[in-house]
Amino acid sequence: MANRPFSVTDLPGFATIAVAAFVALYVPILTLVAYSFNGATSVAVWGGFSLQWYVAAWDNTVVQAAAMRSLGIAACASVLATTVATMAALGTTRTAPFRGQTAIYVMINQPLMVPEIVTAVALLIFFASIKVATGYTGLAYLVMAHTAFCIPFAYLPIRARLEGMDLSLETAAADLYASRWQTFRYVTLPLLAPGIAAGAMLAFVISLDDVVITEFVKSAGQDTLPTYMLGQMRRAITPETNAISTALLALTVLLLTAFFLLTRKRD
Amino acid sequence: MSEAATAAVAVEGRNLVKAFGQGNAAVRALDDVSVTIAKGEFFTLLGPSGCGKTTLLRLIAGFESPTSGAILLDGRDITALPPNRRPVNTVFQSYALFPHLTVAQNVAFGLQMLGKPKAEVSTTVDRMLALVKLEAFAGRRTSQLSGGQQQRVALARALAPAPQVLLLDEPLSALDLKLRKEMQVELKRLQTETGITFAFVTHDQEEALTMSDRVAVMSAGQILQTGTPRQIYTRPANRFVASFIGETNFLTARISGGAAHLAGGVIALPAGTADAPTATLAIRPEHLRLVSAGTPGALPATVAHSVYFGTDSHLHLRLADGAELVARQQTAADGATGPDPGAEVSVMIAEGAVQVLAE
Amino acid sequence: MTQTAEQQQKAATTRRNWALSAPALVVLALFASGPLLIVLVYSFLRPGSYSGVEWQFTTEAWQGIFLTRDIFDGTLGWADAHLSIFWRSVKLSLTTTILTFAFGFPTAWFIATRPARARAFWLFLITIPFWTNLLIRTFAINEVIRNEGLMNTVLLRLGVIAEPIRIIYTDTAVLIGMTYVYLPLMVLPLFAAIDRFDMKLLEAGYDLYASRWQVLRRIVLPIVKPGIVAGSILVFVPSLGAYVTPRVLGGGKNMMIGNFIELQFGQGRNWPLGSALSMLLLLIVMVALLVYVRAATKGGQHG
Repeated sequence: MANRPFSVTDLPGFATIAVAAFVALYVPILTLVAYSFNGATSVAVWGGFSLQWYVAAWDNTVVQAAAMRSLGIAACASVLATTVATMAALGTTRTAPFRGQTAIYVMINQPLMVPEIVTAVALLIFFASIKVATGYTGLAYLVMAHTAFCIPFAYLPIRARLEGMDLSLETAAADLYASRWQTFRYVTLPLLAPGIAAGAMLAFVISLDDVVITEFVKSAGQDTLPTYMLGQMRRAITPETNAISTALLALTVLLLTAFFLLTRKRD
Repeated sequence: MSEAATAAVAVEGRNLVKAFGQGNAAVRALDDVSVTIAKGEFFTLLGPSGCGKTTLLRLIAGFESPTSGAILLDGRDITALPPNRRPVNTVFQSYALFPHLTVAQNVAFGLQMLGKPKAEVSTTVDRMLALVKLEAFAGRRTSQLSGGQQQRVALARALAPAPQVLLLDEPLSALDLKLRKEMQVELKRLQTETGITFAFVTHDQEEALTMSDRVAVMSAGQILQTGTPRQIYTRPANRFVASFIGETNFLTARISGGAAHLAGGVIALPAGTADAPTATLAIRPEHLRLVSAGTPGALPATVAHSVYFGTDSHLHLRLADGAELVARQQTAADGATGPDPGAEVSVMIAEGAVQVLAE
Repeated sequence: MTQTAEQQQKAATTRRNWALSAPALVVLALFASGPLLIVLVYSFLRPGSYSGVEWQFTTEAWQGIFLTRDIFDGTLGWADAHLSIFWRSVKLSLTTTILTFAFGFPTAWFIATRPARARAFWLFLITIPFWTNLLIRTFAINEVIRNEGLMNTVLLRLGVIAEPIRIIYTDTAVLIGMTYVYLPLMVLPLFAAIDRFDMKLLEAGYDLYASRWQVLRRIVLPIVKPGIVAGSILVFVPSLGAYVTPRVLGGGKNMMIGNFIELQFGQGRNWPLGSALSMLLLLIVMVALLVYVRAATKGGQHG
């Protein structure tokens, strides 16, 4: 048999384009990572493997502050968003249709539909008035802004998990004399836990990555890592930015892997 | 095979092997299978799931390529041809109707791909829909049809391009019993009317017997026996075929002097049957009759229990040496159901009904 | 009480569900949806002297989107600079959508037709860029296309070119950047649609003499259309409102709507104009979403 066997799912050229696309997607990222280990000070020339930029970034007090701020805001926003999202998911899933259900659903997912720049502008104006009125210029603005747009990202995995849950388990608990609260605490919550963890993780990543809204809402000296990097890109780019980017990338991959493992269906 | 050799051959498979996996773990879905399908015949591939019948069909269609061996269509080697260049069409088990097209558009599809002129496509589609009695549904979406109607659309779609061979992959398995029986009659009528060679795959032996001109019984990647329904039923080649088709009783006996020696009696066999220390005998339940005690050639037996089927009863009998036989007894006009469990009876085997099997 | 037990139960459930959803709704109302109304209001006010607004109703901001008043004779004329920004934004967004589809469809098809184990691997591979920080991805493509970037360095070394190709700070750079950044957004909905596609239909197509091209055009594309629409919206909407990518790759000159809006709250000092532009952008996005919902629900009627 001389010919290649006929494959039904082959479409001509598709595999080539697909692989080319994957390569094209990863070459820039890998380049960025590679240059973060560049021993030379110039961006164009390769001067051997070195961790100098990681050291520089680590020692840079501005970067330290920005990193702390990023992680702090992400942690707070993630906890707040996940908590209210869990409650909202419980209220809107696996329940008989009730008045206003669609409206709630639209409202919760609205940040996904509005362009970030529009929300950023809106919050800028809103907070500007409050700043004038109260004189408060702390981090609370950023935390609340992040919490808001993180809610749909926490909500969706929790809702998905809830919808996939077997209702008969809660019915069984009730049959065995559990009160509503006991059922929730001993049956629903433990089963929901992976979904909640996944939602929290997603919210954390989304908050960590945010650029536009943070850039508009922050006051002076309130840089997060992304806004710091954005500022650097306007001036001189040093491989320090590469180092920070690579670190953030590693964190994202780590959290993503955890997310994948949490949401994998157990057979 | 001589009847098929004189008629023109539509499809021939030569020494087909289809293996999946590598090395020691390789599984042979088809293990050196050769088959010949004559022009204009209704040919059925019959066997349990996993026997390779669907794989063989897919090789003829071209969706898979054989690991080794050849496929010939009308004498031409088509092994290397892709499916869209073989004048062969398939009715899929799941129908595979295009959900975004109407019934008429589905039926027209093959003709359009072949570049037939619009007028010809239109008349052929009308003719096909009339053939399967779905003219009124031409403009409907396929999702709005019942299972039986979808099946007929799939049929019309595959017949429209007038293929040399029509392949049907268990097309009736998703239908309920009554509909299935109606469709069996329909399919037979269609095949006779159009004269197209049908290659039909099923695991239902009753279907195979009622519809086919010839049947190939398959198991574990091999064809065990090919023949007309009558040949398969009355002269099964081995134990598998005997037990897969209809119901069979198996008895072990010593053969000498042209007779089978059982505990409790001696049964005459066709002249010239070779002697053997042990051999397997196959006897159909309908060939066993209860007779009065003492009838020559009858075997003494005890009734273990009986099962009532409406049209007949199955009497489960135990012979003197413990061997079990099932005899089928038609229900009498007065509704009497025969002897009670524990009764002593004599059972007679009809003349010529014993098959000595090659294992 | 004339309510039946069932009605009481239903009312209690409704109250409970609303109570559970309330905290999320309050947060969103205060920090997401509510402020949008403020923007709408601000678009009808007058710009303040330094920043902020003066509380005086006017439609000048909205007019200022499309028209400018000549400072000498006060006549209204087309705001050419503004219009070229809109035109660039629409042009780049549409082109990005088309390019991401051209590359994204084969990629999604490829992933969906891999055997189960390999498919999980490829999916993971496409998800990483999806969740990587937008800024990092923009920075990464910048590393490749800038004057001393990877592309130029390699081409110079190979002797293919004598001088670096100056792509950075042009519309092309922004286009390349946006295509790169939004490609995963096109692939994932396409993959979801193709994953649901019944591959047996391909066999049926080939059985009925279709060529590979005909199978693609007549069977695959019509059935996965909802996925195509979803992916297109998912790329078109964010790229229309893009801010980071055009800023980093386009420099200050090649502004898109997002940068133009930011300008009004920075050096431009015209909050009402910025507000009006934001509302306009939101309007366009809402319309695009309606189109999507319409197309998706129509597609859902196919089996």
